[in-house]
Amino acid sequence: MVKYLAKRIGRSLITLFIIICVVFILMRQMPIEGYFQNFDKLTEAQIQAGLEEQGLLDPMPVQLLHFFQNMLKGDFGVSHSYRVNVPVTEILADKLPISIKLGSLSILVSLILGIPLGTIMARFKSRIPDKLGTLFIVFIQAVPAAVYYLFIQMYGTLLLDIPLLFDESNWKSWILPVFSMSLGNIAYYGMWLRRYMVDESNKDYVRLAKAKGASGNSIMFRHIFRNAFVPMVQYLPSSFLNTVIGSIYVESLYSIPGMGGLLVTVIKGNDNNMVQAIVLLYATVGVIGLLLGDIMMVILDPRISLSGKEGER
Amino acid sequence: MARTIRDHVSEKLEKNMEDSLREALQGGAETGHEETAADGKQNGSSASRNNSSSDDEADLFTFADYDEAESERAGYTNYSYWGSTVRMFFKDKGAVFCLIVMIAIIAFTIIQPYLPGQRDPYTINTDSELFIPLRNVAPCAEYWFGTNSIGQDLWARIWAGTRTSLFIGFAVAMVEAVVGITMGVLWGYVRKLDFLFTEIYNVLDNIPQTIVLILIAYIMTPSVKTLIFAMSLTGWIGMARFIRNQILIIRDRDYNLASRCLGTPTKRLVFKNLLPYLVSVIMLRMALAIPAAIGNEVFITYIGLGLPATTASLGQLIEDGRQVMMNASQRYQLIFPAVVLSIVTISFYIVGNAFSDAADPKNHR
Repeated sequence: MVKYLAKRIGRSLITLFIIICVVFILMRQMPIEGYFQNFDKLTEAQIQAGLEEQGLLDPMPVQLLHFFQNMLKGDFGVSHSYRVNVPVTEILADKLPISIKLGSLSILVSLILGIPLGTIMARFKSRIPDKLGTLFIVFIQAVPAAVYYLFIQMYGTLLLDIPLLFDESNWKSWILPVFSMSLGNIAYYGMWLRRYMVDESNKDYVRLAKAKGASGNSIMFRHIFRNAFVPMVQYLPSSFLNTVIGSIYVESLYSIPGMGGLLVTVIKGNDNNMVQAIVLLYATVGVIGLLLGDIMMVILDPRISLSGKEGER
Repeated sequence: MARTIRDHVSEKLEKNMEDSLREALQGGAETGHEETAADGKQNGSSASRNNSSSDDEADLFTFADYDEAESERAGYTNYSYWGSTVRMFFKDKGAVFCLIVMIAIIAFTIIQPYLPGQRDPYTINTDSELFIPLRNVAPCAEYWFGTNSIGQDLWARIWAGTRTSLFIGFAVAMVEAVVGITMGVLWGYVRKLDFLFTEIYNVLDNIPQTIVLILIAYIMTPSVKTLIFAMSLTGWIGMARFIRNQILIIRDRDYNLASRCLGTPTKRLVFKNLLPYLVSVIMLRMALAIPAAIGNEVFITYIGLGLPATTASLGQLIEDGRQVMMNASQRYQLIFPAVVLSIVTISFYIVGNAFSDAADPKNHR
């Protein structure tokens, strides 16, 4: 167990290291405008001096080394156009809490709605609830989120009398963003839980339970549901990822002062240091999410063998 | 004469059986069992010899009349993989409907510019008398889907956009298939590469795809080519992984071992024995890659990293529509592109899924 965990965490660290190197090197290929506040007004000499000062003329490995050194001190440079000369970390510290709140709310909502959806679909397999659920799932999976988010925002604000833009103190304005971010995961949980429950219900122990006269509901909830729920854990990390990615779009749509909205803003403003820091943050969140998912899987499912063969699978 | 032979044989039979029983009791269970089996075979052959030489046994064993139909019954079925796949697919009425819609849309996007009376998607339409641009004209007989905020014909733009988006989708799906299959076959078939590839996969798979997409689109100048590149960069990984797992499973099946023993070249083995087995899955992944690519394009356009305004695409139309969506009279500029896009992605999604179900031999009954 410990050996596996060490190996798994080590792999995540290697991944992170590679991501940081690649992101850093790629960001250096960007036009240098992104490192100045008012590039157009500067003379050639000023630009050179500015680049020199920021250490951007050093050879790449030296720059990379500096970057790692600064990063360990918690220094990601300063913003160049979003909020001039304010350290990136300071800006992010303001924005992070609201993203975390939204994200966790959305995962909670998708669990609360997605699990009953899957259960009901499996309980009434090939009947009307199942067909309606399948319709919903196909729609959510096939239509790009970027499109149905817009319709939720448009008709949601019109029909439910909800303000168009987000306001932290108004609870009503939380509904649409959280619901939008949850939809994809609701469909995801519903689809997989239904599939696992249907698989379970064809097994022998269910036939035995039926033969001894247990009622349909009791079989469904006391036997099938419990067994089908364990493999669902493996989908938690990817739903975590979905939420994180979805937040980029949703936060910016509703002008939520969070990380996702910020990424869109700084991309449009060509603020290189900010883009770099946020991309790295998202990548880290993604890597950690997958890591936690794997660890949880190992803890919860005793059938997964931890010995030897891990690398080969 | 006949009688003596029979007596002799049956005596021998009994003796054999006695011997083997005794051996089975004395010796290890396994060897005993093997010997009995061998003896049994011997007995069988002597019994049949016995039968052919003796009329007394006629009531136990008779020659069967040769019947062609009967002999074909067990050895041959008219099962054809593609035949069954197509038959299964056409049982699903919804999927057939989506297939028709899908083909119709693809065909229409190709022939639309050559139809009579079509406008150019980039021309700004002006009033014939006052020469002012016809901005935000609501859908009417002249402009079927209306015009956009600078006076371009929305109907023409939607089809031009669908063409661009479908092209991106197909290109990404093709790259994903070619690279994914090549890497997957190498990964699964060449044992020496397995460890290396698996480690690389474990690292690559941890990188969030959307982040890669945003990063690449941010760094490169937006164009159809760079979008295809950015989307293909990560898409093949899942495909390669899947192909690898399947190949590991079927690589050492008996028919492949037999082929290898007979000296079939590896290339032929891969193309004739392994890949046909995977066609259905490859098709499914390709069919699903197209809606995903279209969705990514919408997303990346919203972030501001999409195609330049000189290329119409569905993502761009939706972004244009989004900007005016809170204005009830201009809302059609969002609804029309969104509906067309949804029809395209849903039909690809359903056809892909139905096809993969139909292509699974487990469902062929």
